[in-house]
Formats: sequence, structure tokens, C-alpha cells
Amino acid sequence: MQLYLPIAEVSVNAFLILGLGGIVGFLSGMFGVGGGFLITPLLFFIGVPPAVAVATGANQVVASSISGVLAQLRRKGVDFAMGWVLLAGGIIGSAIGVWVFGIMTRLGQIDLFVQLSYVLFLGLIGAMMFQESLRSLLRSRKTGAPVRRAHVHSWVHGLPFKMKFRASGLYISVIPPILIGAAVGFLSAIMGVGGGFILVPAMIYLLGMPTKVVIGTSLFQIIFVTGFTTVMHAVNSQTVDMMLALLLILGGVVGAQIGTRVGVRLKAEQLRILLSLLVLTVAIRIAVDLLVTPSELYSVTGALP
Amino acid sequence: MLLAFPAAAQEAIVAGMSQNRVSITADFDGSEILIYGAVKRDAPPPEGGPLEVIVTVEGPSTPVSVRRKGRVAGIWVNTAAVHVDSAPSFYAVATSGPLKHILSDTDNLRYGITIERVIRAIGISGEADKAGEFILALLRVRTNEGRYRILEGKVELTEETLFRTDIVLPSNLTEGEYKVRLFLLRNKHVIASQERIIGVRKEGLERWIFNLAQQQPLLYGLLSLVLAALAGWGASAAFRLIRA
Repeated sequence: MQLYLPIAEVSVNAFLILGLGGIVGFLSGMFGVGGGFLITPLLFFIGVPPAVAVATGANQVVASSISGVLAQLRRKGVDFAMGWVLLAGGIIGSAIGVWVFGIMTRLGQIDLFVQLSYVLFLGLIGAMMFQESLRSLLRSRKTGAPVRRAHVHSWVHGLPFKMKFRASGLYISVIPPILIGAAVGFLSAIMGVGGGFILVPAMIYLLGMPTKVVIGTSLFQIIFVTGFTTVMHAVNSQTVDMMLALLLILGGVVGAQIGTRVGVRLKAEQLRILLSLLVLTVAIRIAVDLLVTPSELYSVTGALP
Repeated sequence: MLLAFPAAAQEAIVAGMSQNRVSITADFDGSEILIYGAVKRDAPPPEGGPLEVIVTVEGPSTPVSVRRKGRVAGIWVNTAAVHVDSAPSFYAVATSGPLKHILSDTDNLRYGITIERVIRAIGISGEADKAGEFILALLRVRTNEGRYRILEGKVELTEETLFRTDIVLPSNLTEGEYKVRLFLLRNKHVIASQERIIGVRKEGLERWIFNLAQQQPLLYGLLSLVLAALAGWGASAAFRLIRA
């Protein structure tokens, strides 16, 4: 069934979009990532203009994150205190990111900057996660191996402004979560993503939060960051396509519910190794685009009326 | 119009179209327009070459940037750009015969018939080396997208009097006024021409969404969020019901 999108101004197959939303929703429910880093490139691929893809992708991430957070809430998987602290940092970072984005646009190299950010951050995070989760998977196979301690005391614990995060069982300074939130907010403004793929490993490895609250807390923060992004795009450039978003959301919310349930059945190490492989695949795909000689050296961009 | 062609004033166009407006609704998947007509004469057809017909359909024009990638430190980056003043979003030329046999260069230049003559790119030679290649690239890219079409021999001409052609408008159509031009030619020269307009407009839900996004962007953004929240909550609630 063909459907004409009023803002993107292209005709697409409605079932293709529903399926796309479903797959990304499934992954988002399983891993606790928003799925923005997948949905945006996929929308480019089916011919949606990049500006519309970025803005509408953000809107879809809001819906799948809300669906995911509700499922996590019932499992007590959201640390609200941590979520608010991360969000405070996120807004600061996002504001700086929007500013840098403007500078790069004026220099005429924003596409390259976005692509390089994708390759660098997805590649780095993916490789780190893959290595770590592979090691812990091998360790858990060995019987009688020493169990890794949940919290290791480090310099992080010596910082001031300590706060109790009951759901995470942590008593740490608010400075590291604010910095992490800011870094993620910055990257999400640059890359047009929620930032879950950075937030999830940062919460596990840098803050030492238990895996059971990481996904819910990450989704909680992503709702607000992407909601803010959606409204900003709608106001600044009128590039949010409600029709496209609704289709993606319908597929996405169903996928997210199924994904959350599958995620519960998998072991944390298995989840992490799968997510790291997914992240690495996207990074390699974009890197190949930058390295291989394109079949068409020229590109045409015009503000179509 | 007739007075403009004193040399061949005895032939004129009487034209019609299957529709003079195209409505873009939710299920819009391209549209086909039949353009037909007849040649009106006060006297028998003149001596000389055969009659030929050219029909052009031109969508709204905008400025465009054409960028070329180059290799910098191993990766492909946009290294050069040319800004074209005006290029149509859609352009189709349908003819009754091969263009180079039925149309002279001077009349092509004068009436702006082929796409190369419609694109306005003044002063681009200063912007990059080989600026002409950027224009060729623009034509190539838009032809591949189905936006620019040359339909040689696709105008059916009967008895040098009746003609008809079908122009397919693609599904990625933009809103605006589409200019239809019809030309009669003899001996490679235009002897009569006519212009019509097709209005392309979004209708119904498409219109409503588009207008809201343009006129009330904040409201539109917030409404998008509410829809997202409702859908997210709805799916969660529905799944709980199914499992209960």
C-alpha cells in the first residue's frame, strides 16, 4: 500500500515503514537504546530527505522509549534520581552541541562531521563493549572462576557532592553522571540520536550501575532528550513528518514490547555482545561509504518548494 | 499569439488536457496526464517539411547546489560546489520525432525547450573548474531520479492534425504550478505555441498536516510528541491486557 508523506513529499510503501519501525522498536526494547542510530540511516536509504529523517527519527524514538520505560517500570528498572541528574547534564550538552552544529553547517562540512562522528563513536564504543562482554562471557563459562566485584572503589568515589541513588544501590558524586549526561547530550545534538548506545555502557562501566536499572534509566533520559529535539526541529525547520512518524511508531511500539520480553530472557553478557556487534556493523557500514569511491561523485541539494 | 508567427500564421493549436489540477492525497502514487489537441487551419497545409509537435511540462523551479566529492586523506569529502540560480523540480519533453531533427538550435534557445535551456546558471564558471560538468551532473542525477525526462517520439501525430501524449508525473511530486507548453514546428522552426497550467496541490489530511506544520510549528511539534506518548503508552497497555 503506497502512502504519500506530506512533509517528506515522497510516496512510500506503508508496510515497509511499519516493518522498519518494528525491527528498530524490537532492538530498542531489547537493548534499551533509542534506535536513532539505525532509523536515520535506514530512512535515508528508502529516499526520505535527510533533514526529515533525522527529525522524524527523533519523534519515533520518543514513542518507543516511552513504551520501553513503561515495561521497565513494572520491573522496577528505572532509577529516577539518576535519570534526572543525567538529564540535567544532557540539556547543557545538547545546547553546546546545537551551537557546534551551527558552526559546522556554516563551514559546509556538516555531512562529513556527522559521518565521522558516527564512525568514531560507534566504532569506539562498539569495540570496547565487544571486547569487555566477550571477556566476561568467557569468564562466566569457566567454573570456579572468581566472581567480579560489583563496585570497585576508584577516584570516582572521592569526588564531592555525593548523592544516594537508591535504585542503583550507589552513593556517588553527582559530577560523573552530569558529565556523562552532557557528553551524551552533545553527541545526540550532533548525530541526531538519543544516545543510548553511549549511555548504556557509560552507566555500566563508568558509574558501576547494576545492569537491571541501566536500560530503564537510559530510556527515561532519552525520552526527554529526543522530545526536546523533536520540538526544536518542528519549530526551526518544519521537518517532522507526522504521517511517517505515526507509521514508524505503530511498528515500533509493538516491536519494543516484544523486544523487552526477549531481552529479559537473555543474559546481560549476551545482550551486550549482540548490541556491540550491531553498533560495530553500523560503524563499519558508514566507514565504507567514506572510503569506497562513490558511483556518483556529484550530489544535488536544493530546497525543493 | 498567432500574430507572433507571421510566416506561418495559417496554423494554430487547439489543445486540451485530461485534468488541469492534480490532488496529492494520502494514497497519491503518481499521476498520468493526457495532453491532446488539434491543428486549426484556414487553408490547406503549407508546402515544405512535415508538421512536428513538442510538449513540455515544467514543475516549480528553485535554486540548487551541486557538490562534487574528492578524496582527502583517504576519505571522500565534498570538495567543490556550484550554485545554480534556478532549476525546475520536474521537467518532461515529449516530441513527435528525434529532437535534433525537428528543432533548430536557435529556436531551442529562443523558446527554452530542452532542459539545458531551462536551467538558469549564470556566472557559475567562476565558482569551480569545469563548471559545465556540474550542470551535466545535475541533469544526470535528476534524470536518474525520474525528475527530468526526454520522451522522443512519444507524441502521436495523426494526419498532421490530431496529436496526443501521456506525461507521467512521479510520486515524489512537489506542490505548485506546472507549466505545460505546446509547440508546432515545421522545417525545425516553431510556428505556433500555447501554454497551459496544471495546479498540483495537497488535499485532505495531507493539506491539514502540511498547513499545521507550516503555520503552527510549536503546536505541531507538541502534537507529534503527544501522539508518540499515546502510542507508546497504548501499546504497553495493550500488551499487558494480552498477557493478563
